[in-house]
Amino acid sequence: MINANRKSASKLFVVAIAMFGFGYALVPLYDLLCDITGLNGKSDTVTQQQQPVDFTVDESRTITVEFVTNLNQGMAWDFKPEIAKMQVHPGKAYQTSFFVNNKTMRSMVGQAVPSVAPYAAANHFIKTECFCFTDQLLEAGETMEMPVVFLINPALPEHVKTVTLSYTYFDVSNTADNKMINLKTI
Amino acid sequence: MSTTTADEHHDDHHPSGIMRWITTTNHKDIGTLYLWFSFIMFFIGGFMALIIRTELFEPGMQFVDPQFFNSMTTMHAIVMIFGVVMPAFTGLANWLIPLMIGATDMALPRMNNWSFWILPFAFAMMLSTLFMDGGGPAGGWTLYPPLVLQTGDAFPFVIFAIHFMGMSSIMGAINVVATILNMRAPGMTLMKMPLFVWTWLITAYLLIAVMPVLAGGVTMLLTDKFFETSFFNAAGGGDPVLFQHIFWFFGHPEVYILILPSFGVISSIIPTFARKPLFGYSSMVYATASIAFLSFIVWAHHMFTVGMPLAGELFFMLATMLIAVPTGVKVFNWVCTMWRGAMTFETPMLFAIAFIILFTIGGFSGLMLAITPADFQYHDTYFVVAHFHYVLVPGSIFAIIAAVYYWLPKWTGHMYSEFWGKTHFWLSTIFVNITFFPMHFVGLAGMPRRIPDYALQFSDYNQIATIGAFGFGFAQIIFLGLVIATIRGGVKATDRVWEGAEGLEWTLSSPPPYHSFTTPPNVKGEWNWFTHQHYETVKTRS
Repeated sequence: MINANRKSASKLFVVAIAMFGFGYALVPLYDLLCDITGLNGKSDTVTQQQQPVDFTVDESRTITVEFVTNLNQGMAWDFKPEIAKMQVHPGKAYQTSFFVNNKTMRSMVGQAVPSVAPYAAANHFIKTECFCFTDQLLEAGETMEMPVVFLINPALPEHVKTVTLSYTYFDVSNTADNKMINLKTI
Repeated sequence: MSTTTADEHHDDHHPSGIMRWITTTNHKDIGTLYLWFSFIMFFIGGFMALIIRTELFEPGMQFVDPQFFNSMTTMHAIVMIFGVVMPAFTGLANWLIPLMIGATDMALPRMNNWSFWILPFAFAMMLSTLFMDGGGPAGGWTLYPPLVLQTGDAFPFVIFAIHFMGMSSIMGAINVVATILNMRAPGMTLMKMPLFVWTWLITAYLLIAVMPVLAGGVTMLLTDKFFETSFFNAAGGGDPVLFQHIFWFFGHPEVYILILPSFGVISSIIPTFARKPLFGYSSMVYATASIAFLSFIVWAHHMFTVGMPLAGELFFMLATMLIAVPTGVKVFNWVCTMWRGAMTFETPMLFAIAFIILFTIGGFSGLMLAITPADFQYHDTYFVVAHFHYVLVPGSIFAIIAAVYYWLPKWTGHMYSEFWGKTHFWLSTIFVNITFFPMHFVGLAGMPRRIPDYALQFSDYNQIATIGAFGFGFAQIIFLGLVIATIRGGVKATDRVWEGAEGLEWTLSSPPPYHSFTTPPNVKGEWNWFTHQHYETVKTRS
């Protein structure tokens, strides 16, 4: 009886420890799910090198792209888009700029995190050049113009007429040996 | 607290006084400790609820500052969930499971002692955070980042307290499973076990499966805050919504952890006072198992508004609604048990019937919340508060109170006062509805939860709710007095206590000997839930 109890208990402890691990396994599983579904507006990572070959430009469709800027709590920078929105044709690359100004008296490192809405558009919004691929070091008072080059995959679902690209700037001055942060999935 | 009489044969080397309780490995002692711990925490958590209701008596800011108000809502939830309902059920499990399956004690008595004694330390740590720099945790019991990461000095203490609570309940659950699987009396097959044992077996599996996930989630919060990880920090490539998924992967099974043992309690009480065997025993077992299974695939209904693909919303909506089917099976079985029964209405039966009605109301508002498009209006309003208080207060808490009335004569050897029991019942039932029913209306009208102030038009219903809360709170003092009085004395209880009671625990004396079933009872053959004859059979055999 005592042996049977010990056996049951140790088996169950193993289950408990495995479930602790499962909690951590949810992290990559969640990222995978987000990649597949475009959940949370995490858009495709496409750098210059892996730029997709010639999408045919679809002149018949016009999509409105809106640019939204946010600052995370405690982030004392000014952050604005060059223009609030633009009309684009799927398949064609466009360039726009964002301006950022470090209003503080010290140098700071910022990291912009993009998000695309609606979700259906997230996997079809391709940034070939973006300041969000790296973080930015700004001296006190410094202003920077940052270009973004993007195109919309013509496979964008028919019902999507407006795509919103939103950036949130985070203060990462004090994190990660700064401290180049490698963003894998943005 | 002398619920057990000293037994000369076994007590020769047993410490007395306080050391008896600290070193005890006896399932009855540990059950008593759990129940008293839960009872004390019930008054602490209740006091916090009254602070919340006092502030909400009138619109505007009256008594407490918003930060403290928020830490009251957070602490009230943590205390009531981890400090009251879960320990109370573990206490009932300790007292009753060995008696119900004819075992001498729990399978792992030393670990049993541990799992209880961790709890007072965990809660001392949790409650002490209220006095720390920056106050207690105030971001809600769901601990969503990034808000919760703004907690002051209290933060690591909160996390470690949750770790300890988790360890305690995992150890308790492992003990329950080992006891049920290995220590049943000869002839007690799984499908002959009382439903309280069945529901606890399933609950224990749920606990073992999800408490470690919560532990993992809060550990990630801790490393995000202090060790520069970025699980939930978007700047580092993480995602705060991930925490909500992890939390509710734990959180939804958790709500069934809080209710399944009550189903077992109600399934014990209703047949006794209806003097009929439980209707649909095996369907009850399967319904419990189905609810437990479904609880793992519905978690995202807590977070419809964070944004989800349409397919996800449909899936979680439909899976959630599916839970109503096994729950409905249970409710209909209880009603069918009472149908044409020779019913009497002693206090435990009154609480059990109130449970069925009021829990069902809470279940229906849960179904309303499951409807994704409607949920966008209900989300984070007092409608949600009304819903989960209906399933937890006249649900879980009423079931625990019913269980205490039902088994108290067995534990103490004395009958409680039926007059005060009924007084307690009627006051509780009336005031619980006065407290929580108006919350449905203010919630539908748009009053948000966890906010210390509200728009003027919500005043009337909030004042009614506050009056109800104080009434309910004071009614529980009657309960405390009644329990103490019953422990101290009263009419001697018979062994069977209730005319229609069935099960092995009623074959023992009241109170049962300190060490019971040292020779296992034989329940081979005749035991049958459908003939309702087994009490006499077992009694004559053992």
